[in-house]
Amino acid sequence: MDERLLHIILDAFPKILIPGLTVTIPLTAIAFALAMVIAVAAALVQFARVPVLTQLCRLYIWVFRGTPLLVQLFVVFYGLPRAGITLAPFPAAVIVFSLNEGAYCAETVRAALEAVPAGQLEAGYCAGMSYLQTMRRIILPQAMRTAFPSLSNSLIAMVKDTSLASNITVVEMFRATEQINATVYEPLVLYIEVGLIYLLFSTVLTWLQRLGERRLSAYQSKGV
Amino acid sequence: MLELRNLKKSFGPLEVLRGVDLTVNRGDVAVILGPSGSGKTTLLRCVNFLENADGGELTFDGETFRLGRVSRRDAARLRKKTAFVFQSYNLFLNKTALENVTEGLVVARKIPRGEAERMGRRALDKVGLSDRMGHFPSQLSGGQQQRVAIARAIAAQPEIIYFDEPTSALDPELTGEVLSVMRQLAGEGMTMLVVTHELGFARTVSSQVVFMEDGLVVEAGPTRELFEHPREERTRAFLQTGGGAG
Repeated sequence: MDERLLHIILDAFPKILIPGLTVTIPLTAIAFALAMVIAVAAALVQFARVPVLTQLCRLYIWVFRGTPLLVQLFVVFYGLPRAGITLAPFPAAVIVFSLNEGAYCAETVRAALEAVPAGQLEAGYCAGMSYLQTMRRIILPQAMRTAFPSLSNSLIAMVKDTSLASNITVVEMFRATEQINATVYEPLVLYIEVGLIYLLFSTVLTWLQRLGERRLSAYQSKGV
Repeated sequence: MLELRNLKKSFGPLEVLRGVDLTVNRGDVAVILGPSGSGKTTLLRCVNFLENADGGELTFDGETFRLGRVSRRDAARLRKKTAFVFQSYNLFLNKTALENVTEGLVVARKIPRGEAERMGRRALDKVGLSDRMGHFPSQLSGGQQQRVAIARAIAAQPEIIYFDEPTSALDPELTGEVLSVMRQLAGEGMTMLVVTHELGFARTVSSQVVFMEDGLVVEAGPTRELFEHPREERTRAFLQTGGGAG
């Protein structure tokens, strides 16, 4: 490898990693946290079959699962200003990613809620607990344990999907790489480099997932 | 203390309970016997509002309710005076044995945690599980799980405990430990309403027997009388075949 190329790779590394730590990760973390709130709320509404709200949740999930993420980003960032709503790139990305991810995760959480045995709710009632108390303390914790691997999967997918935010001018890792490439024009090494940094992020998350699963599985262990 | 009048319940076109009357007095151990499909379990579930009855009256502690029109609030209030032991235990899977017992005390009855834990330990001690307090249900045998469920029931000091076929899901060698705990409770004067196929338990422990078939009470009376001089032919046949377990 010639010296110039090595120099470009080393020089680019902090310039890619820093937007990764200051933009990609915060964007993922904030959007995923909001997505969880949306997902749990939408799943609970559907699980309890709350009239009207259930239909609204279905509509929301239908729209956000049925249209491309990139289109959603464009509608919110480039389209909404025509309707008088102008958003900065980062908040626009947070809104779109959390709504999109919330729609997918709502289905994951709903399925997990339905997988909890019906006897758990009845046992809660018979212990004198209300529906909400039983949901919060018994049903939801069990459902979240079931949903954990799928939700981790969604989180890992989301880290990579945030690269799409480059299209609405958010300077995250991928756009930072594009900007470096625009000056030095070394697309092969630079795009492989950013790919490896995404891989590093995903790997860390996979470890965390395994760690989390081990901690959560205490009550599911077989044998004494 | 508990009185049912004309309890009716259908699932679609299927009439499961066709007007059941039943009385349980304080200190009674009443056993409901009957072939599978006679409506015993549905009866018990209606009494604790796990099923919504279609009609009838329920009197508890002198308060009368029209079944099928009981508000959530009244249901929750009555459930705090009662306890229910399920055939499939239904322990909270994400809670330890001790937490299973204290959960209802702390969350529903607002008993301070320290006091609830003292009550929980006492209850688990009583069912012989003081060495299993920190175990999760998945780490316990069926018999142990059912004893935790009984500890959960007694810890709340209910006025009556409903048992829905408490030994039917257990291997034969594990039913003994559960029945002996129930026998002990009966000896202490706990009011119990028990749906069971264990004729031996019914005969030796209960004070009242209700024999049901096809959604109706065929015969009811003091245990000894019913076992020794059943008035109805159906009761006699059932007792002779040993209850036709199942």
